[in-house]
Amino acid sequence: MKILVSIKQVPSRDSQLRVDASGRWIQENDLSFETNEPDAFALEEALRLKEQHGGEVVALCAGPARVSQTIREALAKGADRAIHIEADNLASLDTLGVAKLLAKAAESEKPDLILTGLQSDDLGYGQTGVVMAELLGFPHATIIMAVEKIDTGIRVKRELEDGWFQNVELPLPAVLTIQSGINKLRYATLMGIKKAKTKEVKRLTAADLGVQIASAASIERVYLPQRSKQTQMIEGNAKEAAAKLVEKLRFEVRVI
Amino acid sequence: MSGVLVVMEQRLDQGKATWHRMSWEALSAGQQLAAQIGQTVSAAVVGQPGELAAKKLDRVYAVEHALLTTYTADGYTAALEELIRKLSPSIVVFPHTYQVRDFAPKLATRFSQVLISDTIGFRVESGTAIFVRQLFQGKLNADVKPGGDGPHFVSIQAGAFRADQVEAGECPVEQFAPQLAADQIRAKPLDPFRESARAVDLTSADIIVSVGRGIKEKDNIPIVEELAKALGAELAASRPICDNGWLPMERQVGSSGQTVSPKMYLAVGISGAIQHLVGMKGAKTIVAINKDANAPIFEVADYGIVGDLFELVPALTEAVKKAKS
Repeated sequence: MKILVSIKQVPSRDSQLRVDASGRWIQENDLSFETNEPDAFALEEALRLKEQHGGEVVALCAGPARVSQTIREALAKGADRAIHIEADNLASLDTLGVAKLLAKAAESEKPDLILTGLQSDDLGYGQTGVVMAELLGFPHATIIMAVEKIDTGIRVKRELEDGWFQNVELPLPAVLTIQSGINKLRYATLMGIKKAKTKEVKRLTAADLGVQIASAASIERVYLPQRSKQTQMIEGNAKEAAAKLVEKLRFEVRVI
Repeated sequence: MSGVLVVMEQRLDQGKATWHRMSWEALSAGQQLAAQIGQTVSAAVVGQPGELAAKKLDRVYAVEHALLTTYTADGYTAALEELIRKLSPSIVVFPHTYQVRDFAPKLATRFSQVLISDTIGFRVESGTAIFVRQLFQGKLNADVKPGGDGPHFVSIQAGAFRADQVEAGECPVEQFAPQLAADQIRAKPLDPFRESARAVDLTSADIIVSVGRGIKEKDNIPIVEELAKALGAELAASRPICDNGWLPMERQVGSSGQTVSPKMYLAVGISGAIQHLVGMKGAKTIVAINKDANAPIFEVADYGIVGDLFELVPALTEAVKKAKS
């Protein structure tokens, strides 16, 4: 099976975010970045499928020069090669714009399966995979918790709401969006990190792909949310804060 | 191109049509949006119109076809594409459910549009609606302006609008039979199932102590367990904790777990991603302990302590025990 995994680099989870001077995005220069967590699970699932059925895993990532770190990590964990779509302006694009780039790069690879995380931790539109599938004319399934190869294609376990699940059978090629927690992530080994340096990374631009970048929706303004509640913040060292909170729980909330 | 179309969600539960409760929140959003941009509002449902006929709407479209009895992204997309091309609305509104996440982006792509997903509100500037959605797991908000030729596609976050504010009225129901062929539907869905009967019913708990990523490792769970015991509370968790197998899945609170509304919900080391908040923001009192003062959990908390949970939780357990003795 030839599996393409679409991964994104996002600001680290603990980042202190500040709005930039334009007021339309965040200051990126002092941030650290990491692989979008659901995409890491998608990569892991691709590696496991390859270990079971053979084939190839190709990592696909769009973004500025800094994403080469995320690509190196994917190669170190076991992806066979990678495609880097070089683009500096992704933050100003909507999902359709980004998905057009990814789909175009995916098309020439003729994969059997495309995996990606169910959503990104930054924009969180949760639709890049589905839009890619539509652009490529592939069937898709979302929020996937298990993937199994069958004679007619694949059988996947979709997560529904409130603890329900559903198995769905799809013909290949297909696109799946992977839920966090589908598997246990591996660490890159020293050998893997060494090997990654020799693996192929193909670099492409929007112009190479012949994609006209345009967006339907645009971010007008980014800002701190207003609190919906007045939060009483409790100060002091651990012992003092604990004592004050217990007072509140006894006499205001009345649960003790 | 004019009018707001709200696409409602319904499923068959032992032959009986059951509404997804978020549909009514989306309908409320659609009615308010239409009033503010001075357009009409209609609703569509794949299934039975039922009480929609008693709401203040221009028209209700009941979409019916044998191939739509079981949900598939291919079937729903084709059927709704046909309806939207016929009605040519300016805005199509959905509840942001798992099912909508599965097909609405595909549908929007057919119109060279994106789904402006998981929105929490809107405002109208010179006749144009601008939608508010969260970025970075709720740390920031963004105003998003739809562009290009419509229709524009928007989904509404759980709890962002109130179902009890849907305006009642009377409206005609129109049947809509889309042109569908069996070979358009590529996925073969099997019957939904649950992993196991739930042994833990968090929904009936008065007090819940819930633990998240901040706990760092499995071996640290007992310190939160101790606090829950001292308070006489049920222990719950956010998704990553259950994904890691540190606590069983049945103790998960959030969109993929249980939805709870206890007297008090104490969140320990939970940042408050929206998938978690939708499962607990109905709690009467919310207390949050987190090291990050900007964590979104503090936006819904009544009481908050910023600090190291490894110091605070044991101190709190001691203080609770002392107060109870």
